[in-house]
Amino acid sequence: MIDSCHACLRRAFLIAHLAPRIAGLLGSRERKAAGLLGLPEGELLAAAAGRGVEQALAFLEALDADRERERLAAGGFAALCTHAPAYPPLLRELTDPPAILFGAGRAETFDALREEPAVAVVGTRRASPYGTEVAYAIGRGLGASGVPVVSGLALGIDGTAHRGCLDGGGTPVAVVACGPDVVYPRRHRSLHQRVRDAGLVLSELPPRTEPYRWSFPARNRIMAGLSRLTLVVEAADPSGSLITADFAKDLGRCVAAVPGRVTSHVAQGTNNLLKEGAAAITGTEDVLDELFGVGVRQAPQTRAPRAGPGDPLLRTVLEAAERCPSVEAIARAAGCGVAQTRAALGRLEADGYLVRRDLGGWERAAC
Amino acid sequence: MLAAVATFTLDGVRAQEVTVEVDVRRGLPAFTLVGLPDRAIRESRERVRAALLNSGLEFPQKRLTVNLAPAEVRKAGPGFDLAIAVGLLAASGQVMPEQLEDCALAGELSLSGELRAVRGALTAALGARRAGYRRLFVPEPNAPEAALVEGIEVSAIPSLARLADLLHGRWSPEPARPAVPDPGEPPPDGPDLADVRGQEDAKRALEIAAAGGHNLLMIGPPGAGKTMLARRLPGILPPPSFEEALEVTQVHSAAGIASGQLATERPFRAPHHTISAQGLVGGGVRPMPGEITLAHRGVLFLDELPEFARAAVDALRQPLEEGRVEIMRGQRTLEFPANAIVVAACNRCPCARPPDSCSCTTIELARYQRRLSGPLVDRIDLVCQVEAVPTVQLVGGPHELRTRSADVRARVVAARTRQLARLAGTGILCNGDMDGRLTRREVPLGANLAARLLAVRDRIPLSGRGHDRVLRVARTIADLEGRELLAESDLDEALSYRLDSWERIAA
Repeated sequence: MIDSCHACLRRAFLIAHLAPRIAGLLGSRERKAAGLLGLPEGELLAAAAGRGVEQALAFLEALDADRERERLAAGGFAALCTHAPAYPPLLRELTDPPAILFGAGRAETFDALREEPAVAVVGTRRASPYGTEVAYAIGRGLGASGVPVVSGLALGIDGTAHRGCLDGGGTPVAVVACGPDVVYPRRHRSLHQRVRDAGLVLSELPPRTEPYRWSFPARNRIMAGLSRLTLVVEAADPSGSLITADFAKDLGRCVAAVPGRVTSHVAQGTNNLLKEGAAAITGTEDVLDELFGVGVRQAPQTRAPRAGPGDPLLRTVLEAAERCPSVEAIARAAGCGVAQTRAALGRLEADGYLVRRDLGGWERAAC
Repeated sequence: MLAAVATFTLDGVRAQEVTVEVDVRRGLPAFTLVGLPDRAIRESRERVRAALLNSGLEFPQKRLTVNLAPAEVRKAGPGFDLAIAVGLLAASGQVMPEQLEDCALAGELSLSGELRAVRGALTAALGARRAGYRRLFVPEPNAPEAALVEGIEVSAIPSLARLADLLHGRWSPEPARPAVPDPGEPPPDGPDLADVRGQEDAKRALEIAAAGGHNLLMIGPPGAGKTMLARRLPGILPPPSFEEALEVTQVHSAAGIASGQLATERPFRAPHHTISAQGLVGGGVRPMPGEITLAHRGVLFLDELPEFARAAVDALRQPLEEGRVEIMRGQRTLEFPANAIVVAACNRCPCARPPDSCSCTTIELARYQRRLSGPLVDRIDLVCQVEAVPTVQLVGGPHELRTRSADVRARVVAARTRQLARLAGTGILCNGDMDGRLTRREVPLGANLAARLLAVRDRIPLSGRGHDRVLRVARTIADLEGRELLAESDLDEALSYRLDSWERIAA
């Protein structure tokens, strides 16, 4: 889906051309990348290019807009400029919306972004198991409710939110700091593909552009801009996720956070947000209440009620396994020997009632 | 005059025969040693001279040449002293060379002429018997060990002077008695399972590991009792057979850590996690057996497995697969036996705190767990969690009611007997040593169980190897229960002990 006017295309490619220089120009004011990107073309050239002005002018001279459109179309990419009707309307509210939104994946996702309010689920790359669990659960809940989940495809919370959304059968929207076809971090190669298959990978940078330091906070503004609500699951202070929350605040959108343990490093940012008045989120229901009003939309039941196992011993062990930390405690609670308990646990796992936790222990299967 | 005396030295843990040739002729007094001797052997000239003189014997003031044949093999250690001294006696006419014809000897000399113990006396005796010698002279402390070998007369020699007496027919010692302690019950003061309160789950895992010779991983916080439990594994393994005990003693004798008698218990080795690959599998300029060899026929315990150097743990691949270690040294390859059960232990996460106060990030967790991958973990059949026992359980409770090692050992022996009968002719002694092909052949699943395992694989992603591991463990559980055919519960229990591939967990 290519719908981009000449001026916007010029601008998008100019920014990509200047990308390596922008970092030096911003210095420590990384958050202000947005301000710079909003400058008119002439000023942008003058500000960013410095001695490279002639080079940049030569680049613009040589840029063949029609050929670029053909190449984008051939690669199966979407490229919507701010004037395109399909351009996400919420994004236009930014002071410096991306001139062109490049996308890789399912083009119908743009319709979903117009029809349903999206939620940005963001957080630290160094997530705790608690944060991972919550990000997954909410990603999954929102996905199952049909709410597009916007995130940054980073390690930790971002990636987990996408996974949850995918597993809930929802529409993931990843906003990345490089070209939409560039996988960063490399470890998320398969997740990147899954997001493309089920939703969209978006960027203001054209395909094949590598990520830059400044482009991470810059893409945070796009995440905030696309979403009705920005949820920070876990974040240290300061952190990139708080930058996203700031952008959301500036836009007058709802900011929400998940309460964390007060002694935890990665809960400081979120707990501070809560003190400042962000909405406290303890589950998918809370997010839906914030979006649509209390009780208007229910989170679909992700845990299908399932009849327990018929065998009374298996049922006892299943109940005990939810409460007890070790095989021995389960055996004591169920009143049978460890060998018998082990056999029951193996059976329950084989039948899908229990799943194994990382290094030992069992928990009740989600569905 | 020329004389030749036979002695034996260690080549890894095997015996290498060395002929000590001594030539005594007129000329300027000199003492030359050739045949690739190391420093210790060159210094033996001084010990031999002093020992001869202090024993009231004559040190010939002539041109003395000693050759250690075969000349191309490097020789090391002080064990050649006695052979050189006796060779000098024979070559200088102080004893009749014929008297040494079918005798071999080994021993280190002190300056006074007393004999000191050497490493590898048992190996020397085995080598001497194989080479057809009738009699072996060894230092007194080594005699009980060397006498374990039947078919060769072992004489305990206290000193060089006594040996001269013996060769002159003035003294004849009693044949040395083999040091075979009473077999049977584990020593009453040894570690016993009854010492461990609670931990019923880990005890069950240990019993299965012992019964099938399976490698085991214990996961739990520090202080939960992982080391205490692992230490009790040798006591529930079947007592070593005479041949196995001989192998163990031979290895320990070669390493210089033998007790001087036949090993009646299986060894337990627990190297620190700073150990090098060489320390773990053996090697060195003079190749020494590594910890896996010292644990041969017993248990190698690796506490804090993720802290071990990657190279060291990966070096265990060959011994775990083949039950032996090959070490290349120059042109030669040395082989050490290395068939041990590996018990490894680790924490749940780097901070080692209970799950509800753990402060580890998922990245740290993944990194920690990734360190648990590789050839060793691929060969771990059983994994169990070891939780700290609540204080309430630590006090009170009668000692007599707890499972004793002897009772578990009886069950293990019964299970092993079943395995031996089933695996007869394969050269394999227990379920844990079966490879993939043998596992699929020896653990037939009825149509019911096969279908069930197939259905399980929809929910639990079992790799091919993981599938075999579950079958092996299920087979051992059935052996413990005395079942010839696998029951469904055996398979279920085996599933609960499996270790999922870490790659899947980390993803």
